[in-house]
Formats: sequence, structure tokens, C-alpha cells
Amino acid sequence: MSDAQSYLQGGGIRGWITTLDHKRIGILYMVTTMFFFAVGGIFALLVRLELFQPGALFSPDLYNKLFTFHGAIMIFMFIIPNIPAVFGNFFLPIMIGAKDVAFPRLNLASYYIFVAGALLAGMALFTGGVDTGWTFYTPYSIRTAGSVVLVTLGVFVMGFSSILTGLNFIVTLHKLRAPGMTFHRMPLFLWALYATAIIQVLATPVIGITTLLLVMERVLGIGFFDPKLGGDPVLFQHFFWFYSHPAVYIMILPGMGIISEVIPVFSRKHIFGYKAIAYSSLAIAFISFLVWGHHMFVSSQSPLANFLFSMLTMLVAVPTAIKVFNWTATLYKGSIWLQTPMLYALSFIFLFTIGGLTGLFLAALSVDVHLHDTYFVVAHFHYVMMGGTVMGMLAGFHYWWPKMFGRMVPERWGKIAWAFIFTGFNVTFLPQFFLGQQGMPRRYHDYLPQYTSLNMISTIGSWMIDVGMLIMFVYFIGSLFRGKKAPANPWDGKTLEWKVPSPPSEHNFETVPEIAHGPYEYGVKL
Amino acid sequence: MFALLNLFRLSQSSTMAPRIDALYDFVFWISVICFAGIVGGLVFFVFRYHRTRKDPGKTPYITGHTKLELGVSGVLFVLVMIIFYWGWEDYKKIITPVSNAVEINVVGRQWLWEFEYSNGRKMTNEAVVPKETPVRLILASADVLHSFYVPDFRLKQDVVPGAYNSLNFTATAAGDYQVYCAEFCGTAHSKMLATLKVVEPKDYERWQAEWELSQRLGETSASADSDAAVGDMPSKGGKIFAERGCTACHTVTGVLLVGPSLKGVFGHEVTLSDGSTVKADENYLRKSLMEPVAQVVKGFQPVMPTYQGTLSDEEINALVAYIKSLL
Repeated sequence: MSDAQSYLQGGGIRGWITTLDHKRIGILYMVTTMFFFAVGGIFALLVRLELFQPGALFSPDLYNKLFTFHGAIMIFMFIIPNIPAVFGNFFLPIMIGAKDVAFPRLNLASYYIFVAGALLAGMALFTGGVDTGWTFYTPYSIRTAGSVVLVTLGVFVMGFSSILTGLNFIVTLHKLRAPGMTFHRMPLFLWALYATAIIQVLATPVIGITTLLLVMERVLGIGFFDPKLGGDPVLFQHFFWFYSHPAVYIMILPGMGIISEVIPVFSRKHIFGYKAIAYSSLAIAFISFLVWGHHMFVSSQSPLANFLFSMLTMLVAVPTAIKVFNWTATLYKGSIWLQTPMLYALSFIFLFTIGGLTGLFLAALSVDVHLHDTYFVVAHFHYVMMGGTVMGMLAGFHYWWPKMFGRMVPERWGKIAWAFIFTGFNVTFLPQFFLGQQGMPRRYHDYLPQYTSLNMISTIGSWMIDVGMLIMFVYFIGSLFRGKKAPANPWDGKTLEWKVPSPPSEHNFETVPEIAHGPYEYGVKL
Repeated sequence: MFALLNLFRLSQSSTMAPRIDALYDFVFWISVICFAGIVGGLVFFVFRYHRTRKDPGKTPYITGHTKLELGVSGVLFVLVMIIFYWGWEDYKKIITPVSNAVEINVVGRQWLWEFEYSNGRKMTNEAVVPKETPVRLILASADVLHSFYVPDFRLKQDVVPGAYNSLNFTATAAGDYQVYCAEFCGTAHSKMLATLKVVEPKDYERWQAEWELSQRLGETSASADSDAAVGDMPSKGGKIFAERGCTACHTVTGVLLVGPSLKGVFGHEVTLSDGSTVKADENYLRKSLMEPVAQVVKGFQPVMPTYQGTLSDEEINALVAYIKSLL
């Protein structure tokens, strides 16, 4: 194509840490968020180790800190920023034929704000820890010892990073599309990021305010949430979930976006129902603001609120199911190539379907009275978050790694690691549905003997996942040095990132591309 | 795989349990059908249209099928609305109080459950309720959020400080049922357990009548409780120790939980949080039950609730004798 220098070359350390290149910022985010993924994963292993059998391996207080750090790190430092900030930053401008995002400096600022917030929250590890769970429910979070203030301030700061990234993406998508790149010619990954960005900008301020109120209550004794000070503990839950439920879609929509890219490419088929998938992302984003109360069916909120939240929650099923249906229908009469990215995409559909369907149990009011706050919920959201988002992320890594680093990933090792992760995931989390059905509550340091065998299976599954993750880590790092050189378009993709060299040059395109058709033009018109 | 779900079913011991399980099963079978459809489609397409068996260049140009998509959405919409309405109808039954219910006040505190009947009878971590009689638990919290959860009844209600909530149920089978705290409440959250004993209504009446009689005759609750009245003082104390929720925070084996272990405490010097020491004699043990935060052992938080007014002198004597016996 051209002799322009790869974005990876030149500039030294300084060139990397002060870079305004969206691709380099994406790589910075990748290193940082994957580090947190590993840390959160180690906490998960320790949590499962304690639960391997009844009795105490760690003290109850230590265990409570372990699951709090696992949740808080995975949510705020990994899964919320990960896909938008890594793949979004790297590919969003390329996919619309732009040289960069609309505000490159703001983009770098948002990275450092994220790092600052993460450091602030991370300091809590060394100052007594936090034992509230990632939800910081009051009044426990006001009365407990530990570094609640540090962590919540960290969440506050990281929120700005999320808002700025979202803002940057919205403006970029509106203003920097290449000639001919209409909204309806955009890859579906970008529709997903667009919907995500809207939630980031609109919902994140609420968690910011909420964490500040919590800090004011803890530090200054102003009574917002603690009844001892005249506050209302349930109000905190409303504030918290007003952000944190839409945040669930900040987490899952980008994963869905990746699946919408991988499925057509590895089926050599036009995506089935482009507009339905695109607009269902927006529909999900919209409904996501109206369902926060389904986290509070037994919290003592009013029956009328429960009525409405249960009904609205059921509506989420429709746009979500349409996506799953359309991905599956895309395979019909395709030419299916089972490379590692496709294995992860199919795993996503398999696991996310279980995650979504088990959501129906929890959305039904009477059944939720039984299952709320049990391991059924833990299993459900891990099927959505890990079976969904993490599988989407892994599909993304295997799909785009050749483009990002110019090296192929070893296919055989990719499949071995996939087998460990997919099997291990089900071994870990499927038993937790049964534990929940039998009434084992979540956040339990110890449990009654009747829950032992299922917990043991679950813990063994967590080891299988980690074997897979370790293999994967080794071959990804190894591929950087010894991997086969990647061609510009190893998968025969039709989106714009496959039309530039692997890895791309600093400015992505030597000449502004003109777009004449949609992103999935496969197949023979009959 | 999914069918396994039903192997683990708990007993259905309240009027609501079978109703909730019926909806659970309905959603379960809908899920099985949807899951089989999607995964069956995936597996079939992957084998049928695998690339090695097809010329990779040729696939038909299919961009969607609006009617099919709308049809799927429509069917699904109807299904989820049925699930929603069914759940709501049963939920109304769960929350609607029945008149003439037996009312029991329940206080959740870190980390035990206190029950008080309308006749003034108090119990800790254990309550007795009559079968086939509506019961209303009036739930309050002394500190943070808790949640009163009886899996065999399929019922749960958060316990919120500063407000009353209630949990209504009618038990349908006699037996001992596990109560959990389902809302995270700190260190010993997983030890905040209680037992709900469901007995025949006539046994319940007698159980209450005997106690009321003993109260009128001036006997203590300890001697009225036939279980605790058996045996020598240390073994009586041991029973009280278990029943009153002490075990959530104290072991007798040397393992430290929220509170200090009571093994070998008696007769030894104890270092308090202000640095001073005190000898753990009978008076110290008694004071630790009545005013727990007055002399806190170094390294522990002042979180223990007082037992002033809930333990009789006889019970305190038995507890002290029990602690003395822990060498």
C-alpha cells in the first residue's frame, strides 16, 4: 500500500506516554486494563479458594475484602473501560476513515484521569482495604472501617475518564466520518460504541454525585443515607443503580458490537438484519435507564415501583433477543471458518443466551423474591459479563491482534486456550445456578455443608479458566516476537481497518477513503 | 444440562413455594426451548455450512428478513409479558398481609436475629411458628441492612434500619427451616443464621401457654425451656451459648472471629483496648454480657450487642459456668 511508518515505531518511551495517536492511547489502555483484569482475576481465584470447602481459609474480614476488590477492580477498572477504550480508541477512527478521534488531547487526558482514579482506588489495598462489596450499600459503607473514601473517590475520578471517552466518540462519529460513510454504512461495532457512549455521558455523572454524597456523609457526617443521621439507606440504592444498571449495558454493548463484526467475516455473509442490530443497541441504551429498580425488588421499594420495573425489565429481552437471533441467522448458508475469533464469538452467543434467559427468572417479581441475593444472581451476571463481555473481548483480541501488532496469533494454541476457558467457565458458573436455587446467599465467607460439592466443582472450574488465560497470555506475548507476519487482511474483512497495512501507519490513511457501500458486502446477489 | 436444575429442588414448605416454583418451571421450559433453538441453530449451521465443505467464494446475499424478525420479537414480547404478569400476581399474594396473623417482631443485628412474640416472649436465632396459620414477621434492623431469607418458603425481605418491613407467610409442613441473612452486613454475615421451627398449631398453643404460665408463676425463662433445663450448669450454658447467637462471633477453640475466642479465658489477664489489663473473673464475664463495649479486648471492635434484659440471672450463671469450663 505505502511505505509510511507503522504507528508502533519511533518516539521512545516519551513518545508513547505523551502520544496523541488514538492507536497508541488504545494500547496504553490495553496494557493498563489487562493488568487490572489479571489482578481482579487473582482476587477471584482467592475467593473461590476460600469457598472450595466449608470452614475458614482466610479470616472473614479478609474474605470480604477479597470479593470487594474482585468486584470493584473488575467493574470499574477493567470491564467498563476495556472494550471502548482499547478497541474503540484503536478502531473507531479507522473504521470511519478518520485520522484520529475528534479531540486527541482530551483522549490522552482521559487516559491519565483513569490512571489517577485507579491509583487512588488502588491505594486502598495498602490502607486497610474495603469490605463493603463493590455496591457500597449504606449504612454499612458509612460505618465500616477501611478505605471506603479512597475507593469511592477513585470511582468518582475514573467516571470522568469514562465521560470524556464517550463524549469524544460521539463527536467523532458525528463529525469525522469519511465521505460516503453514512450512519447506515458504519460497522455495527460503532453503533454499539455510539449507544455505549450515550450511556457513559448521561449516566456516569450520577455515580459521581452518589460517591461524593457518600464521601460527605463519611467525612462530614451529613446524613443522606444513614438513618442514624436522618438519611434513607434505600435512597442510596436508587442512586447507585441509576448509574450501575445502565453501566451493565456500558459493559455488554461493546462486546455485542465485536460479535457483530466477527460473525459476518467468519461466515462470509452479510449480517442478518443490520438495522435491527444497530437500532436495538440504541433501544437497549434507552431502556437501560428505566430498569434500575429491578435490583431492589425486596428492598422495600413500593409495589407500584416493582410492578413498573419488572415490566420494563422484561422489555429489554426483545431487542436483546433480536440480536442473538440475527447473529445466529447470519450463519445460515454461510461459509463458516472456525478460527479462534469465531470460536469466541460462538461462545459468546452460547453463554450470553444462558445469561440472558436466566435474567428472565430474576425479572419475574415472585421468582426474584426467592433468588435475589443468592448465587443464582452471581451465576447470571457472570454469564452475561464474563460469558458475554469477556468472550467478546477475547474474540476482539484474536480478531484484531494481527491488525494492531502486525503478527498472527498461533491458531492451535488459540484453540487449546479456548477449550480451557470455555469449559472452565461453565464448570465454574453453571453449579452456581443450582447453589442459588438451593438458597445459598452470595457474599458468604462460609457455607453450610450441603453446598460443598457444587462449590468444589465451581472452584475447580476457576482453575481451568486460569490455565487457559495463562496459555493465552504466553502466546499473545510470544506472537509479538515470533509470530508470523500478518498481511493487511488475514480474515478477508470488508471494514476499513482491513484496507490499511498491519500495523497501520500513524495517520491511518494516506488519502481520505471514499465509501460506496456497507461494511458486510459478502455473497452473490441473486 | 438444564434439566439438572430440578434435581436440587428444596422442600416447598409455604403456601407460596409451589406457586413460585410453578413460574420458575414455566420460565425454565421457555428458556430450554429458546436455548435449544439458538444453540441447535448454531451447531447445525456450523456443521452444515462449514467452510471446508463449501466453496468459500459463494454465499447468498441475504441482508435480513423483517417479517421474521418482527415475528420473533412479537412472540417474545407476548411471552415475557406473560411471565411478568404471572410474577406480579404471585408477588401481590406475597406482600398482602392476612388479618389475624400471628405477629412476631424480628430485629436483625450484626450478627444475630432476635424474635419477640406479642406476649413478650423473646428468642434469639430461633423462632417457633404454627403450621397452616398466617404469620407476619415485622422486621427491623438495629444497625445495617440485613435480609430475612427462608429458602424452603422461597421468601425473602430486606431488613432496613429506620423502617419496618414485613414478611408474610403460611407454613405448610412441620419441620426446622434454615433462615439466612441474604444482604451483606459485614464480618459474620455468613454466620447470621437462625432456625424457624414450624409446629402443629396445638403444639404451638401449648408451647406458648406453658411459657405464659411459667411467667405468671415467676419462673425464669431458662427453667421454662425444657431443653436448657437439662444437665449441669456448664452444659446448660453451652446450649445457651449456641442458641443466643454467641457462636457467630466467638469460638471456643482458639480461632478468632469477630470477637475473641473464649478458650482458656477465665482466670487469665486480658489486655483491653485502652492498654490496661483486667482479670477475667466472674464479674468481668458478667459485665461483658451486660455492657459489652465498656471493656473491649485489645484488637477487637466494640460491636457486641448488650444482653441486658434478655438473659436471666440463671442463664448468665450458666454461661459463666460454661466459659469457666473451657480450658
